[in-house]
Amino acid sequence: MKLPFSKKKTVTEASLSFTFTRRAMVVGGLQGAIGTMLVARMGWISVAENEKYNLLSESNRVNLTLIPPRRGWIIDRNGRPLANNRTDFRVDLIPERVTDAENTIRSLAHLLALTDDEVERIKEELDKSAGFRPVQVAEKLTYDQYAAVSVRLPDLPGVAPSQGFSRNYPAGATVGHLLGYVGAASAKDYEERKNPLLITPGFKVGKDGLERSFDRELTGKPGAKRVEVTARGKIVRELTTRPDTPGNAVKLTIDAGLQEYAGRRLATQSGSVVVIDCHNGDVLAMASMPSFDPNSFSDGISHLEWDMLSKDDHVPLRNKTLQGLYPPGSTVKPMVALALLEAGISPMDTVSCSGAIRVGNTLFHCHKKRGHGSLNMRGAIAQSCDIYFYQMAQRIGMDRIASMAHRVGMGQKFPLPFPSQSFGTVPDPAWKLKKYNQKWQVYDTVNATIGQGYMLINPLQMAVMASRLATGRQLMPNFIFGAQRPAPAPVGVNEEHLVTIRDAMSAVVNGGGTGGAARMTVPGVLMAGKTGTAQVRRITMAERGGGVRSNASLPFKLRDHALFQGFAPFDNPRYAIACIIEHGGHTNRNEDAPMIAADTMTFLFDQAKAMEKLETLEKGWGGPPAERMARQMAAYRLAKAIEKGEAPPPEASNAMNGAETSNNMAAAAVPQPPAAATPADADDAPPPADSAR
Amino acid sequence: MSIVPEPLTEFPWRVLGILLAIAGFGTLVLYSAAGGSITPWAINQGVRFVIFSVMALVLSRIPLETFARFAFPAYGSVLVALFLVELIGGVAGGSQRWINLGFMQLQPSEFMKPIIVLAVARFYALLPVGEIRRWNAIWPALVLIGVPFMLVLVQPDLGTATMIAAGGVTVMFLAGLPLRLFVGSGLAFAAIVPIAFSFLHDYQKNRVLIFMDPESDPLGAGYHISQSKIAIGSGGIFGKGFLKGTQSHLDYLPEGHTDFVFATMAEEWGLLGGVLLIGAFMLLFRWGIGVSLRAQDKYARLVAAGLTTTIFFYVAINLMMVMGLAPVVGIPLPFMSYGGSSMLTVMLCVGIIMAIERSGRRRSRPGNWG
Repeated sequence: MKLPFSKKKTVTEASLSFTFTRRAMVVGGLQGAIGTMLVARMGWISVAENEKYNLLSESNRVNLTLIPPRRGWIIDRNGRPLANNRTDFRVDLIPERVTDAENTIRSLAHLLALTDDEVERIKEELDKSAGFRPVQVAEKLTYDQYAAVSVRLPDLPGVAPSQGFSRNYPAGATVGHLLGYVGAASAKDYEERKNPLLITPGFKVGKDGLERSFDRELTGKPGAKRVEVTARGKIVRELTTRPDTPGNAVKLTIDAGLQEYAGRRLATQSGSVVVIDCHNGDVLAMASMPSFDPNSFSDGISHLEWDMLSKDDHVPLRNKTLQGLYPPGSTVKPMVALALLEAGISPMDTVSCSGAIRVGNTLFHCHKKRGHGSLNMRGAIAQSCDIYFYQMAQRIGMDRIASMAHRVGMGQKFPLPFPSQSFGTVPDPAWKLKKYNQKWQVYDTVNATIGQGYMLINPLQMAVMASRLATGRQLMPNFIFGAQRPAPAPVGVNEEHLVTIRDAMSAVVNGGGTGGAARMTVPGVLMAGKTGTAQVRRITMAERGGGVRSNASLPFKLRDHALFQGFAPFDNPRYAIACIIEHGGHTNRNEDAPMIAADTMTFLFDQAKAMEKLETLEKGWGGPPAERMARQMAAYRLAKAIEKGEAPPPEASNAMNGAETSNNMAAAAVPQPPAAATPADADDAPPPADSAR
Repeated sequence: MSIVPEPLTEFPWRVLGILLAIAGFGTLVLYSAAGGSITPWAINQGVRFVIFSVMALVLSRIPLETFARFAFPAYGSVLVALFLVELIGGVAGGSQRWINLGFMQLQPSEFMKPIIVLAVARFYALLPVGEIRRWNAIWPALVLIGVPFMLVLVQPDLGTATMIAAGGVTVMFLAGLPLRLFVGSGLAFAAIVPIAFSFLHDYQKNRVLIFMDPESDPLGAGYHISQSKIAIGSGGIFGKGFLKGTQSHLDYLPEGHTDFVFATMAEEWGLLGGVLLIGAFMLLFRWGIGVSLRAQDKYARLVAAGLTTTIFFYVAINLMMVMGLAPVVGIPLPFMSYGGSSMLTVMLCVGIIMAIERSGRRRSRPGNWG
């Protein structure tokens, strides 16, 4: 069979041989051509595109990592660090690179001896994580632990050990609410700002308090490290390193020693202390206790610790100095008295207190059931007589009192470097009409003059009020050391009237008044002040008839708030102070507002004496706050474990502790001092039944 | 007459010199690829080269007639082996290519590359001259090529299958079949490619698609080609220097000692190394084509040119793949890529071509060098 298309060409051996030769030449030529093309192609890649591929090769080989900048220090007025940085070794997880989370966490837990809480927290954060945001595994590691993780890196994808700095707060919990804390930036932050620094392991941003407000100043410029890495991410060597530029230090008006003292002196109570310099309004201390420990918050807090803090009825998570609002109670009386004086009432005018007064159709009681008898202004302030103020306030009307209240700082929002601030209320007829669409009633005035009813104040405002009564100037609270401010405006009152008020306030403490517990033992320094009690429950007529229940017999949440505001020395005021004990109920003289205020004030005049007293007292409270918190945490953990059945029910004595802890955190791990509520302490007994709360 | 004794002039110095240069260079590159160590690759490769060189020299002493006589039996046995691979071959790398003989892994498709050339050449040598333009000259060759081609394709090993087909078709072309036949099938092939594409395995399709646009998936399947081009491109004209390649030493370049050894070389030796290496291969091919042109016997001519082209296909496909001109098909670069199978095959080819050269010289002594 012939091929259909074949021509009648005669094929011979010779012609075939010729064809072969020709075709072999073609094949050879093609080979040469392809070889040439390959050389040309290679030349194109390696010469013409050399630059592009060099770049790609470099970006393969070189890994640029940011070095988180060291955060600026926060220092006190004397240069002592309130927040600084500590060198540490840390390990993070980069969620998107983790392949086997379960095993990775297990081997890390083994290598770093992590507790179950920690493992739980890591798993939880890993679940919630956005992928690129590092999850902290552990901080403050020893070099050996760091090295143990580092050598196992090839088996632990996604694990990033690093050497860096962590935030350190030497004073622990006592500066918690003042400074806030730092933490890894949230996924939201990163999405908004797209700054790669935010997802660099070890980089922290201010989360609360001053750390948050001064975040920009405190954050420095990141350094960079160029390292050579293999395709599997193993670091071969460091190429170049540009060091970071630390953030700027922020110098506060706070006195570190005083701040810590105030925090410790608040003892086991839920309360706050604010101290203001009467020369310029500088805030020297602003303590809110109990508090979280910003050190452990900045490390990433465990679920259990958070749980414990949020369930505590002493609200350690709330900054009471700025966000706590309390009825000021009798602490407003000096302010009301000043308004009376300005309205032309003579300080020598007297009122006879018989223990109760009828206003409209309601009977208003004095805290002293039998009455104080005849009192002038000095006596009324010293004895905190309610009837005197009920009567006098009715003479001048609410508007004048409210105006004075505003001038001494009540209801005022200050320009402060804190994310949030509650500023309370000074009620007056216009306010009530606007807010409730109701007419102002006489009993509203009566309530307001003893700091009950609608009136609310925060501890900082109370300290400001004390400083303004002390100086007659509208001092503004300030936290930045050496900040330039305009001279404070005068309160606008007669200096003689101020002297009268100061003298009366001194009588509260030193003249047999209700604030005897606030007497200072520093020679030549007399404290002036005013006590207060803010009722948080309604006292029924029936109860009043059978005798008002003592605070000690009430559940914690129903006890009265105890307040104190004052300044020293009374005749030439240098420092003003405010102290509020939530649900303190004046049940414990040592832990009551007047004595805490006096001791804190003593610290400013005689440090050694104040410390000596504190150390003696602290022994009875179970040690300094850090020690107590650790014990509380341990008790809580045990209680939880028993609840879950993970731990065996302990022996009798332990069981008692555990049960007590879970039931009543307030009492946990703190030996409750004898509840000897001496009658003398009850300076301001419950105010009238009608005080709306 | 030269003063050098005849056995010495007869010894294939020239081709051995070329091979030694290429293999020596390859060993050096493997030394670098192992991070500056002769183990595990360089030493093995060197020893293998010596052993296979001896094998090639022994082959060159075998009379050409023996190769002719054993062409079909050898073809038959490799074909049987290919069937066995289908039946009992171990599964490796997603495709069946090996038979485990206990002491070694036998990869019969590798042997098919030279043997298809021997078999097709044998067929045309036996074919009477007048039949060359008849149908009878075509279909037996197509069957000879088609059966192993299909067997290897279903393994699946696209690269080897292509080389088997290309080797056989090259011999058909050299045997003097009408030119229009090749042009016509070339056009038909171009038309069929899109259809054939749909029958490929997913991973093969991926390779093809990613070859078209490697940057589309630089971290996935396009990773090989991207990293290979980066290695070659970043080498520049003179390279980064011996032992200084980062792509290979930091493991960015995958298969840097086997299929992508050229990229490893190019990164450290640059365009210069590449040109010299390609030049050396070209000299080898020129020698092979030269041998075929000088050969008197029809079988010898077809075999020499066919085997030379087979070696050429190794080199060309590998380099095109490494430079991003062809999909990743897993064809090694002879004498450079680490591995015994390919070197054995190529040395078989070289040995047979040397045998042809030797027999040709015996016939027309004193031989002149082309």
